[in-house]
Amino acid sequence: MRYLPLTKADRAAMLETIGVVSVDALFKDVPKAAEVPVSAFDLPDHQGELAVERKLAAMAAKSTASGAVPSFLGAGAYKHHVPAAVDHLIQRSEFLTSYTPYQPEISQGTLQVLFEFQTQVAMLTGMDVANASLYDGSTGTAEAVLMAQRVTKRGKAILSGGLHPQYAETVETVANLHGSVLRAPAIPGAEEDLASLVDDQTACVVVQTPDVFGLLRGLKNIAEAVHSKGALLIVVVTEVVSLGLLESPGAQGADIVVCEGQSLGNGLNFGGPYVGLFATREKYVRQMPGRLCGQTVDAEGRRGFVLTLSTREQHIRRDKATSNICTNSGLCALAFTIHLSLLGEGGFTRLAAINHQRATTLVDKLLTVPGVSLVTSTFFNEFTLRLPKPAAEVVEALAAKGILAGVPASRLAPADRDQRDLLIVAATETNTDEDIDAFVTALKEVL
Amino acid sequence: MAMNSQGRPSQPGAAEVASLATISGDRGLDHEEKLIFELGRSGQCGVDLEEVTVSDDRLGGLRRKGAIGLPGLSEPEVVRHYVRLSQQNYSIDAGLYPLGSCTMKHNPRLNEKMARLPGFGDLHPLAPASASQGALELISELAKWLTTLTGMPAVAMSPKAGAHGELCGLLAIRAAVEARGEKRLRVLVPESAHGTNPATAAFAGFTVEEVKATPEGRVDLDDLRIKLGPDVAAFMLTNPNTCGLFERDIITIAEMVHDAGGYFYCDGANYNAIAGRVRPGDLGVDAMHINLHKTFSTPHGGGGPGAGPVVLSERLAAFAPLPLLVADKDGLRLIETREGLPGGAKPFGRMSAFHGQMGMFVRALSYMLSHGRDGIRQASEDAVLSANYVLASLKDVMSAPFEGPCMHEALFDDTWLKDTGVTTLDFAKAMIDEGYHPMTMYFPLVVHGAMLIEPTESESKESVDSFIHVLKTMALEAKAGQTERFDGAPRLAPRRRLDETAASRKPVLKWKEG
Repeated sequence: MRYLPLTKADRAAMLETIGVVSVDALFKDVPKAAEVPVSAFDLPDHQGELAVERKLAAMAAKSTASGAVPSFLGAGAYKHHVPAAVDHLIQRSEFLTSYTPYQPEISQGTLQVLFEFQTQVAMLTGMDVANASLYDGSTGTAEAVLMAQRVTKRGKAILSGGLHPQYAETVETVANLHGSVLRAPAIPGAEEDLASLVDDQTACVVVQTPDVFGLLRGLKNIAEAVHSKGALLIVVVTEVVSLGLLESPGAQGADIVVCEGQSLGNGLNFGGPYVGLFATREKYVRQMPGRLCGQTVDAEGRRGFVLTLSTREQHIRRDKATSNICTNSGLCALAFTIHLSLLGEGGFTRLAAINHQRATTLVDKLLTVPGVSLVTSTFFNEFTLRLPKPAAEVVEALAAKGILAGVPASRLAPADRDQRDLLIVAATETNTDEDIDAFVTALKEVL
Repeated sequence: MAMNSQGRPSQPGAAEVASLATISGDRGLDHEEKLIFELGRSGQCGVDLEEVTVSDDRLGGLRRKGAIGLPGLSEPEVVRHYVRLSQQNYSIDAGLYPLGSCTMKHNPRLNEKMARLPGFGDLHPLAPASASQGALELISELAKWLTTLTGMPAVAMSPKAGAHGELCGLLAIRAAVEARGEKRLRVLVPESAHGTNPATAAFAGFTVEEVKATPEGRVDLDDLRIKLGPDVAAFMLTNPNTCGLFERDIITIAEMVHDAGGYFYCDGANYNAIAGRVRPGDLGVDAMHINLHKTFSTPHGGGGPGAGPVVLSERLAAFAPLPLLVADKDGLRLIETREGLPGGAKPFGRMSAFHGQMGMFVRALSYMLSHGRDGIRQASEDAVLSANYVLASLKDVMSAPFEGPCMHEALFDDTWLKDTGVTTLDFAKAMIDEGYHPMTMYFPLVVHGAMLIEPTESESKESVDSFIHVLKTMALEAKAGQTERFDGAPRLAPRRRLDETAASRKPVLKWKEG
């Protein structure tokens, strides 16, 4: 048992100091009926590193990694190239194996990173303040809706039909407990009329841009409509790279911006861990959920950083806290901020331009395939196609040919018959011209 | 003060340290690192990307107009910045990290390597099931370990942290109560509970009521009996509890809660004390979250990510959230929506997009396989042994509020510091100067000036002995009136004590130029 340093002799000596004959005596408060022998568990005994490595490697080999084949999957998670330095740096012991910075004097590394992260997020989103990250974009969206319900003291949340359906379901799970959620019907490739739904009972309107189909949404009109009724505009961005090319939500009137930050620094990981970015206006800072890092000085007057405004949090406010969250995605936020620091302004905007350029190339080539049409007239690096056949069938046929073609819209909204033939396709800087040609050729074959 | 061979002090005194002003602000290897915004300059970039011009953009006139303001740095500058920052952090790889209830144990690097296997780390969450079999198999196997170890029939894998798991458990309870056609809107929580418990109950739309603790640090059964009633949905208990004690009446408590028609939620944050020895299912628990980083060693990365799968009893299993993992003739697949649910399934909703913290799942399973059932049991026993060893070794110099053996963490109060002028905070900060991360302070709230120490099973006897020696010596100094080291500690850390009041009074939450 290589992870356990105590020897038999150590254990005996420690028991003697404690003054008991066996470790069982230390479990004396446990009801005897509840104790079971190790044989009660139908599980294997300990194994060496090599054996574990073999078993897990064999398991992993049964999946098709995105990097192994041409892959055009998106819909809320994106394959991007992560510079080697990022993974190296986040694996440094002092970052990887430290805890929440409860002792700021010996946690300045983590704290300064969080302060830099908060600054970067505020810049990207065009907002005043950002927190030190949440679990992911979807839970962040739910938190944003709850925050809007608190701020406005109103219950009704209106969700755009262009919001990722799994985000919408995450919001519904919690926001319905404190009010009501109205999900506008999805109209792929078009903006629904959200303004007419806003009334005096509305806490917030949630709009995603680019939306789940890839369509870019201008926010100024809806921001005006929402504000005129005293409600908040929550803007969701699932592809944070788009902010390199697009006007920030803050500049268009958003009150809360939530982004999924996985695209920078973080792998796909089959859905998690990811990193939720959360930013808002200065005036709402004390209503914000999650952890916050703030600047201060130490006893010698030197600049330093601490976790702050914890009076909002559950360990002080208990059932009156702004949220029950008591963690963040620290390591994922670190990966995000390192990747963004490596890119800098020039690299980030160029990365965004490359993504857009790849998508325009891909779309133009795919549209040469007979029967294929484009649903989303505007897009960043993701768009939706209408196919002459059910998209789920096409995706399976292409997977059999070694191409991960995209996400069938029906996978996210199976009840919607109108979406059966829609395929959501993403391109990033990782897709080569050869990938694109292989996709086009294969699509022609299966249609 | 230590002297060198020439009879000169080998360590500077406090005044000297304070007066050691340097030109750079650096102190030896302790670097005064600027913010990245103060290091970068426009035009620099640490990544080589191709030139690109999109002649025909499809952005619909929404192109960004202004600059973002991000700094530009080269790769070596970025690497140096983060390496220097990392050096200002304490970590479990550097030394003992006795944070009670946070559980800082060894993080094996094998787990990191496994999580980065492309079939797990580079797999898209919406890849077709045919392309995701390995990942689904891993989730299925981890689920089997969790249900077998806990003796519970079902598990919800998607919660992203312990508190998220609490929410999942309470929402399952809420759905179960509603399915019975009842209205139960109260949740009972002991006053010693983690703050997340009442916060989660409120988050899930319940009203929260506290149950008193006995002078022995356990749940007051009489108070619980009074507060239970037909409007109580659940009782939330941490076991072992936050005082480091096993709730010896737990089976009675479960019966009382069930007799009143409620559900018994167990906060599994301290499951690492009993894993492999006690099955929560046998204790009458209906739902319990498992913090994978605490019991199964996934690293906590400066505050996250975590993962909080929730095991569920027979009575709650049907209400587990989406997605559901099922096996059929084509292999494993996920049911992600309410269409095509297997018979009896009544999911209350969805905890998040996608399926949970896959990266954490791989690390946890890697750890479980390495330890095996025998190692998991041994780890729990060693954790309990080490904590009791600390308790026994220090109880003569420090005061323990409760009698009897503790579980995996040892609790002291500040009675022994009375009249010394030294507070729990001073004592903890002085530990930093001795190269130790302080213990958990001021928690649990039911104990005055609490100090909660959790050595875990990862520490050797020599390591624990050194720690005990240092704490004992410090305690004796404090009691002897030698309090200089405590005044304004720490002195030898990258920062002296930080002004937290100023930080919250006028929050500065981002860098501003100038």
